[in-house]
Amino acid sequence: MATAPTEIRVTPEIAAEHGLTAEEYARVKHILGREPNITELGIFSVMWSEHCSYKSSKVHLKRLPTRGKLVVQGPGENAGVVDIGDGLVAAFKIESHNHPSYVEPFQGATTGVGGILRDIFTMGARPIAILDSLRFGEIVPGKGTSEKEAAKNRRILDGVIRGIGGYGNCFGVPTVGGEVAFEPCYSQNPLVNALALGIARNEDLFFAKAKGAGNPVIYVGAKTGRDGIHGASLLASAEFTEESQQKRPNVQVGDPFMEKLLLEACLEAMQTGAVVAIQDMGAAGLTCSTVEMASRGGTGIEIDLAKIPQRETGMTPYEIMLSESQERMLLVAEKGREPEVLDVFKKWGLDAVVVGRVAEGGLARIKNNGSVAAEIPAHPLAEEGPVYNRPIAAPAPRVESEEDWFRFAPEGTTLTPNFLKLLASPAIASKRWITEQYDTSVRTNTLAGPGASDAAVVRIKDPKTNEVKRALALSTDGNGRWCQLNPRVGAMHAVAEAARNVAASGARPIAATNCLNFGSPEKPEVMWQFSEAIDGIAEACNTLGTPITGGNVSFYNETLGKSIYPTPVIGVLGILEDVSRVLKIAFHNEGDLIILLDGLATAGHSERSEESLFAREFSSSEYSKSVAAIVAGEPPAIDLGGEKHLIDCLVALASEGVLESAHDISDGGLAVALAESCFAASSVVAGLQTGSFSLGASVRIDDPAPAELALFGERGARAIVSLTPENLAALLAIARQYYVSAREIGKVTHDEAFRIEHKGRAVIDSPIEPLRDTWAHSLEHTISGK
Amino acid sequence: MKFGVVVFPGSNCDHDAFYAIGNVLKKPVEFIWHQSQDLANCDAVILPGGFSYGDYLRTGAIARFSPVMRSVEKFAASGGLILGICNGFQILCEAGLLPGAMMRNNGLRFICRHVYIRVERTDTPFTNATTKGQILKMPIAHSDGNWNVGDTTLAALEKNRQVIFRYTTPDGSNDDAGNPNGAMHNIAGICNRERNVAGLMPHPERVVEATLGSNDGLVIFRSMVEALVGAAKATA
Repeated sequence: MATAPTEIRVTPEIAAEHGLTAEEYARVKHILGREPNITELGIFSVMWSEHCSYKSSKVHLKRLPTRGKLVVQGPGENAGVVDIGDGLVAAFKIESHNHPSYVEPFQGATTGVGGILRDIFTMGARPIAILDSLRFGEIVPGKGTSEKEAAKNRRILDGVIRGIGGYGNCFGVPTVGGEVAFEPCYSQNPLVNALALGIARNEDLFFAKAKGAGNPVIYVGAKTGRDGIHGASLLASAEFTEESQQKRPNVQVGDPFMEKLLLEACLEAMQTGAVVAIQDMGAAGLTCSTVEMASRGGTGIEIDLAKIPQRETGMTPYEIMLSESQERMLLVAEKGREPEVLDVFKKWGLDAVVVGRVAEGGLARIKNNGSVAAEIPAHPLAEEGPVYNRPIAAPAPRVESEEDWFRFAPEGTTLTPNFLKLLASPAIASKRWITEQYDTSVRTNTLAGPGASDAAVVRIKDPKTNEVKRALALSTDGNGRWCQLNPRVGAMHAVAEAARNVAASGARPIAATNCLNFGSPEKPEVMWQFSEAIDGIAEACNTLGTPITGGNVSFYNETLGKSIYPTPVIGVLGILEDVSRVLKIAFHNEGDLIILLDGLATAGHSERSEESLFAREFSSSEYSKSVAAIVAGEPPAIDLGGEKHLIDCLVALASEGVLESAHDISDGGLAVALAESCFAASSVVAGLQTGSFSLGASVRIDDPAPAELALFGERGARAIVSLTPENLAALLAIARQYYVSAREIGKVTHDEAFRIEHKGRAVIDSPIEPLRDTWAHSLEHTISGK
Repeated sequence: MKFGVVVFPGSNCDHDAFYAIGNVLKKPVEFIWHQSQDLANCDAVILPGGFSYGDYLRTGAIARFSPVMRSVEKFAASGGLILGICNGFQILCEAGLLPGAMMRNNGLRFICRHVYIRVERTDTPFTNATTKGQILKMPIAHSDGNWNVGDTTLAALEKNRQVIFRYTTPDGSNDDAGNPNGAMHNIAGICNRERNVAGLMPHPERVVEATLGSNDGLVIFRSMVEALVGAAKATA
């Protein structure tokens, strides 16, 4: 074939520089039946990068449950799709943008949000909500973190927050939830996982399958530039070294305004009926979109690079094919109906150009001004890439003794000072400073925004009639610390907590999406963590009835050879039939009963009296980390059956309208859950208390465990709910029906005091005000350096 | 009676305004594309919130040159009702239909939260269904809501009672403490001297049903409906 005179000749060394192993390079030659040229090599290298090919994770991902009666589309498309009734479907997916967000926090985060939004509207669904699961290094100096390091982490946090807000706010989709956690291991490798949810009518769904030889291939949106070349292969599929800052040119730049136009234009173009298939250009840009559309459709594809709108002059085929310029789409239209499609894009002021045709056979042929720049069989390129069953090795068991574990305070110690410390810790403190920088109410669907309920709750309007149908709830969760200590149990907790949060908002969990953030797959211990986590997720999703409909794997999250904690993040979606039955965490009325619901058959810690077992479990808690700087032991044991009982019970209680509030027990334990329910009741708006409405709580715990475990332990399958006394009988009947224990532990008070007694002694006793002030302003003070 | 909601490239609260008027108030409403010179015989025009033209150059600075704005200017001159919300307010300022200019918020950050605004006068087409001093709870969501104007204009504005909404605390006791963005005189919304053109930074269209946390925004659209009904009766 013709080779441009200046073109670099491909050698095994150049292949290696592109991240291809000798075997992979041999496979390239086998598929082509010849040596590749440099453009083809570039195409293979991005398509077979870890990020695009899932070559190290594929064999494990097969173990995840992906089917269910509500699943319309499982993994493999741009997003998962589930049936939500009345002919409507929800498309949702979570994706990572970790490395770019470290190199360039603002742009990394914006393009992460932009990418996941495109995945959703590519399917024909209008995005209606975003959630973000974020992990940063410690932002407060302390054990293992210098002030300089903490300051750097605060800057990364600030950039990421501005980036997420900057994109979502302008695009016009509310950022309604998510979570933020801090651990030293994320200091050089923050995690930015963005989840988007969209709604469509079932018949309006679109897929990325090219069809019909001769149909035109249309390029739409932003012009192609040199930004982001090798973003997927070099940035997302390799670990960080000291030179990583030089990778800044590999980070893409986002333009939410362009994406907003693209959204409206694409949805309008789809309505013409002339669009056959559509695929966004995300990772690996034009390469991935052309090849995958052809491969999925079992066709060939032919495009001419000279026709691609370009931002810069003199771009080579290699650069054009590998550019990751944002806000671009590739679509296939029905032959002869091009004008209908092109007119819509013209109306929105967007570039739209016919750049090629769907072809017979299976070749992806890339032409450049008449000469052939690349010619590769699409299906083998997309589907027959390398698959690795990488070596797995469990690390040597940790040898720990009581010396390494948390030491409980003597009985009767007042815990108020430690409680304040916990409320001030960035993990527990109010995230209002962050969430106020996000538009949380645009599209007027937000029934429970950040912090109002355990899950984010948005109502859904029929895209055609605007009629309000039902509501959807979403929660993302993942405890990296627990997964580090025990990846299988930690991963189960992630699923269970996300599902429990959804149920605590009143919604029935129906499906899940996952973002699996791990270190280098070339390390057997990391692959062991990965494999264990997959098994944990699979077991939990099976038991809880939430199949995985899509997601993303992010490997190579390590810097200078040190991996992050294994951090599977799970997003669970739930349906709430009655929009007036959203459960929120805020206490409502003085005199309401506070009930502890416990899904474990044998409630409390009564069966296990071994002090050392208590200490081992408690050493993995937020309290242990914040108060004693100890991270050790094991995550709390998990009972998925108990979790399921609690979830079903919460959903039933919500639909019967028995409850005034519900809040699951998680980070910081029972005491933090109670406090948050009090804080939420006082309707603090922007630091201004609205009138004198403020509620407290008075609670007695008779758990035989040490007070700190009883108050701050994080064992799952529990929630605190409040209700008016006349509803108690109804609650008890429902709880019994679901094998959930329900214990009255106290009352909502109006004396603005927060009091918890343990074994008859007041261990926390404080006015609400100082507790709330600490919790409400700690993050803002930390970040602004006050 | 018919409402029109203008759609600029980058408007993102257009659907919300449409929903508030069409689905909640159940009044006729249609979208007006920014390229159109024709207001489709609408009796009231909403310039919705969003990021018209990506906020490039300055908020509202490019949108004011959209073809539809020529018609909006004529409509304003003929006494037509125009309400600009958030970005719509910014566009009205840029177009000179309302005085003042928007600067970045005091804290230099985007802010989205519920604020409280006090109705300063009830004899406008946008507030005739409110009571004097009524406090409304509605969200703001903007980076540039720090309304500023020269001293002479400000004095004239106050003298002519063109300030229709002022930020305040929930109980109305402290306007300065309730000011989220640094706007002069805690101004959240103003009207022109003729009172047919108004703009405000908070989003009334986002709080039109109790399930959304407040329905205080509805009263503004109801006021407009009443004004239109009154005007129709007067001509009948």
